[in-house]
This record gives sequence, structure tokens and C-alpha cells, in this order.
Amino acid sequence: MYNTNKVIIGIIVFIIFFAMPFWLNFGKVEALPKPELPKEEKKCIEDTDYMKAYHMKFLDEWRKTKVREGKVNYINNEGKIYKMSLQRTCMKCHDNKEKFCDRCHKNLVVQPDCWKCHLAPEEVKKWQ
Amino acid sequence: MNLIFSLIVLAILILIPLMGVGVLGLNSLFAIFIPYLAFAIFFFGLIYRIIGWARSPQPYKITTTCGQQKSLSWIKHSRLESPASSWEVYLRMFFEVFLFRSLFRNLRADFDGKRLIYGSAKWLWLGAILFHLSFLVIMIRHLRFFVNDIPSIVQKISAVDSFFQLGLPPIYITNLLILAGLGFLLLRRLVDAKVNYLSYASDYFPLLLIISIALTGILMRLYVKPDLYAIKQLTYGLATFNPALPKGNLSMLFYIHLFLVSSLAAYFPFSKLVHMVGVFFSPTRNMPNDNRMSRHINPWEYPVKYVTYAEWQEKFRDVMEEAGIPIDEEWANVAQK
Ligand code: HEC
Ligand code: HEC
Ligand code: HEC
Repeated sequence: MYNTNKVIIGIIVFIIFFAMPFWLNFGKVEALPKPELPKEEKKCIEDTDYMKAYHMKFLDEWRKTKVREGKVNYINNEGKIYKMSLQRTCMKCHDNKEKFCDRCHKNLVVQPDCWKCHLAPEEVKKWQ
Repeated sequence: MNLIFSLIVLAILILIPLMGVGVLGLNSLFAIFIPYLAFAIFFFGLIYRIIGWARSPQPYKITTTCGQQKSLSWIKHSRLESPASSWEVYLRMFFEVFLFRSLFRNLRADFDGKRLIYGSAKWLWLGAILFHLSFLVIMIRHLRFFVNDIPSIVQKISAVDSFFQLGLPPIYITNLLILAGLGFLLLRRLVDAKVNYLSYASDYFPLLLIISIALTGILMRLYVKPDLYAIKQLTYGLATFNPALPKGNLSMLFYIHLFLVSSLAAYFPFSKLVHMVGVFFSPTRNMPNDNRMSRHINPWEYPVKYVTYAEWQEKFRDVMEEAGIPIDEEWANVAQK
């Protein structure tokens, strides 16, 4: 092999770069944080699988229909009526943003800016 | 024809997980075994290629130069275009690898009436840099699926990248840029007759493969949402060598995405895509232009058996004297020493 030193350094750099997913976890392996589900309620507004994947589109839909079209009520597929509101509907059941929304989001680098204007239940309590 | 062949191969690659997971239900094969296998092929294949190149001798100094060589002190030396020391070579290599400097010099030949003219053509450079840098950012962003305690630099990159909130989730800028870059690189091969003539299936296939990976990813980001929390459980398990199928439903689109990525990884070391490491081994780029300062020894060189004139003269002295050919005494003295 020619230029052995340089080639070996190159191989090491290459391994370090592409093995990043492995060594970044080194010594820090632990179970992923689980979002804490509401205890009193049994069911979310829509099907759980749907909520898990699509809740952001769902919220966007709510936002648009409420703010732009002025409609207030949302009827889910079982015919139950909900007021379309992030703070007063979602966060009434999911009353701990830190332990529910954020646990999931922090883990997946989701950085919604909603809470710059909307108030999390924890914050609301402080003001009451 | 080449394009059609690549499209057929791509369709087969998409059908494999569709059948394997959708019909046969081989979930852990496609979610765990194949990704590991592909990653192993990627790693060992690339190391194999690197060592293969490192063992090839470079018989001549064939560095490309586009500037003044270092010579007399009062002649201005072009450091990047004609590097003379190894650190200048490193600098040139750096610009080559990160900014595709030599592509920036790309020219286009055309006819102006009957005259052949050359003009600067930066579009190829633009398409290539858009594609490659977006790919890099996308790869860095994907660390969010593999790491629990995500480095803040990754979070910052994601935040900047998701600046445009046209609906939720926000659109990643690099997703648009990579499609623009790839779209240009593909169109160039289809539209430009000269490039089209040079394009083989091995040129179309990687492009189409990466385009489909990008499209399935964007589709999952914006429209057909999978359960990302379940996916993270899977991918985090893979990264910590603790693989397990999560309980949630990993969507079909995710399996296709994963299988295409695995195909790309396994195909990488054995295709034109290895130019990723090949660029470091191009003698035209990685050699300093110091021909006048130090002699480049051809590694093939072996001691050649030769006969000097003096030895030859000594051998045929008698015959030469007989024939009246003058003997060079000076040489003869050398031979006797
Ligand atoms: C009536 C109370 C209630 C309301 C209102 C409600 N949720 Fe839920 N949500 C639940 C319950 C209960 C679950 C757990 C369901 C289960 O375990 O199957 C849940 C589950 C979820 C999940 C899945 C979590 C997981 O990991 O399983 C998400 C995401 C979610 N809700 C988001 C929302 C959003 C966003 C809103 C507002 C649009 C909302 N929820 C409104 C009660 C509610
Ligand atoms: C089961 C895990 C989970 C829970 C619980 C959860 N989310 Fe999410 N949420 C996600 C994921 C994953 C995404 C991002 C999807 C992506 O990156 O494509 C997301 C995205 C969002 C977005 C879009 C912003 C963005 O940058 O993508 C909003 C808004 C949002 N969630 C609101 C909420 C709210 C409000 C709650 C609490 C009521 C909540 N989420 C609970 C997993 C979760
Ligand atoms: C710039 C501040 C701001 C940001 C950021 C913001 N909102 Fe809002 N949002 C508002 C205002 C103001 C209203 C109108 C409230 C009203 O008219 O009752 C509203 C209304 C809504 C509504 C319907 C009414 C209600 O009571 O909830 C929803 C749903 C909503 N926003 C969701 C979101 C989500 C999800 C995000 C994050 C992706 C978000 N908003 C980010 C300011 C903001």
C-alpha cells in the first residue's frame, strides 16, 4: 500500500463519519422516553394510530377552519362534538405538555413554534 | 433504452418490499436484517475499494495544473492551481471536495455559425452542489432517528431547515433543493444530446434511485405520515445494536424508503458513486506539482541490468583494436577503476 499513513487516517475519518449514529449513543443507551397518556380519558378525538401520525395535520386543519372560516365545533367520526382549540381541548385531556407533547417531540427534533403564543397548561396554572 | 432499463430495475426494487412485507409479512427481514446487511456491505465495500486504490502505484506525476508553477521567486506562483507543497494540495482538495472547484470551470462547446466556441457553463456545478450539500444536510438531519440525546448542532440545522411553515409539518428547504438538483442532473442527461449519448444505465440508475428515496421521504414528511415514534424505536434499536420490531404500524412507504436506502448503501461501493472516496485518490488532484523540486520515483522501477560503454569497450577491446576502431582511453580508465 502506498501512502499508508494517510490512507489509514482517511479510513478512520470515514468510519467516524458514517458510524456517527452508533458512537453518538455510546454510553448513553437508555429506553426512549414514553409520552404520558391521560388517565381519566380512554380515547383521543380520533383513532390513536391516526393521532400519532397525523396530529399536526389535524391541528393545522383546526387552525384553518377556526381562524379562517370561523367554525367552532368539530365532529369526530363517532359523532362527538369538540370545540376546536389547542389550549382548551387538546391540552385539557393532555394536561401536561412537558410529559406528553415534549417528550415525543424532543426525541424526534420536532420544534413547533405554537407555544410562543399559545399557553401550555403548566403556564396557565402559574397565572391562575 | 438505458433509461428504461434503470426504470425497470427501480420498479423491481420497489416491488420487493411491497411483496416481502405486504404479502409475505417478512417484517423483520426488511426492517432489521437487510438494513444491517446493506450497511455492512457499504462499510466493508468502501474499505475494500480504498485499499484497492491505495495499492495501485502512481507511476507518473500527472497533476493537472491551471496556473503558474512555483519557480523563480519573482514569478507569481498560483498556489491553488499549481500546488507545490502538500498543504497547498490539501487546500485544493478541500475546495474540490466541498465546493467542486474544478466543476466550476466546466465549459460548454458550441457552434457560432461555423466557429467552435467555448462558454462557461455553471449549471452543472449548481445542480451538483445543490444535490450534494442538500444530501449532506439531510443525512445529518436523519441523526434524529438514530440518537437519543441529539447534538444541539443537529437541532439547529433542523430548525433552520424547517423555516418555511407552509402547513404542518414545515417544509424542509433542503428537500426542495435536492429535488431541484437531482431534477436538473436527470434532465441534463435526457435533454442535452451530447450528454445523452454518453449516458448509460449506470448513470441513470443512481439518479433515479436517489430521486425515489427523496420522493418517498418527502411524501412521508408531508402527506402520508407514518408513526415516527414507532420508527424511532426501530431505528434507535438498530443504532444501539438492540434491534426489535416496534409494536406500532410502520407504514409501507417507510419499508420502501428503507429498502431503497439499503439498496443505495449496498450498491454504493461498486458503482460510479464511489467517487466519494475516489476523488481523494485522483492523481490529477492529489499530487503536488513539484516536478522540478523533487524527483517522482516510479514505484514500478526495478534495478535495470545495463552495460556501460566502458564495460562494452573492455569486452570487445581486442576486436576493436584489430579493426582499427579508436579506443577511448579516458573511458577505459573509468572502467578499470
Ligand atoms: C377527550 C380527551 C382527549 C382530547 C380532547 C385529546 N386527546 Fe389525545 N389522547 C387522549 C387519550 C386518552 C389518548 C390515549 C389513547 C390510547 O391510548 O389509545 C390520546 C392519545 C393521543 C396521541 C397518541 C399518543 C401515543 O403515543 O399513543 C396523540 C399524538 C394525541 N392524543 C394528540 C392529541 C391532540 C393533538 C389533541 C387535540 C387536537 C388531542 N390529542 C385531544 C385523549 C384526548
Ligand atoms: C407519539 C409522539 C407524539 C406526541 C405524543 C405528540 N407529538 Fe406532535 N409530533 C410528533 C412527530 C413525530 C412530529 C413530526 C413529524 C415529522 O417530523 O414529520 C410531530 C409534529 C407536531 C407538530 C408539527 C410541527 C413540526 O415541526 O413538525 C405539531 C404542531 C405538534 N406535533 C403538536 C403536538 C401537540 C400539541 C402535542 C401534545 C398534545 C403533540 N404534538 C404530541 C410526535 C408526537
Ligand atoms: C404568532 C402567534 C401564534 C403562533 C406561533 C401559533 N398560533 Fe395558533 N393561534 C394564534 C392566535 C392569535 C389564534 C386565534 C385565537 C382566536 O381567535 O381565538 C390562534 C388559534 C389557533 C387555533 C384555533 C383556536 C384555539 O383556541 O386554539 C389552533 C388550533 C391553533 N391556533 C393551533 C396552532 C398550532 C398547532 C400552532 C403551532 C404550529 C400555532 N397555533 C401557532 C396565534 C398563534
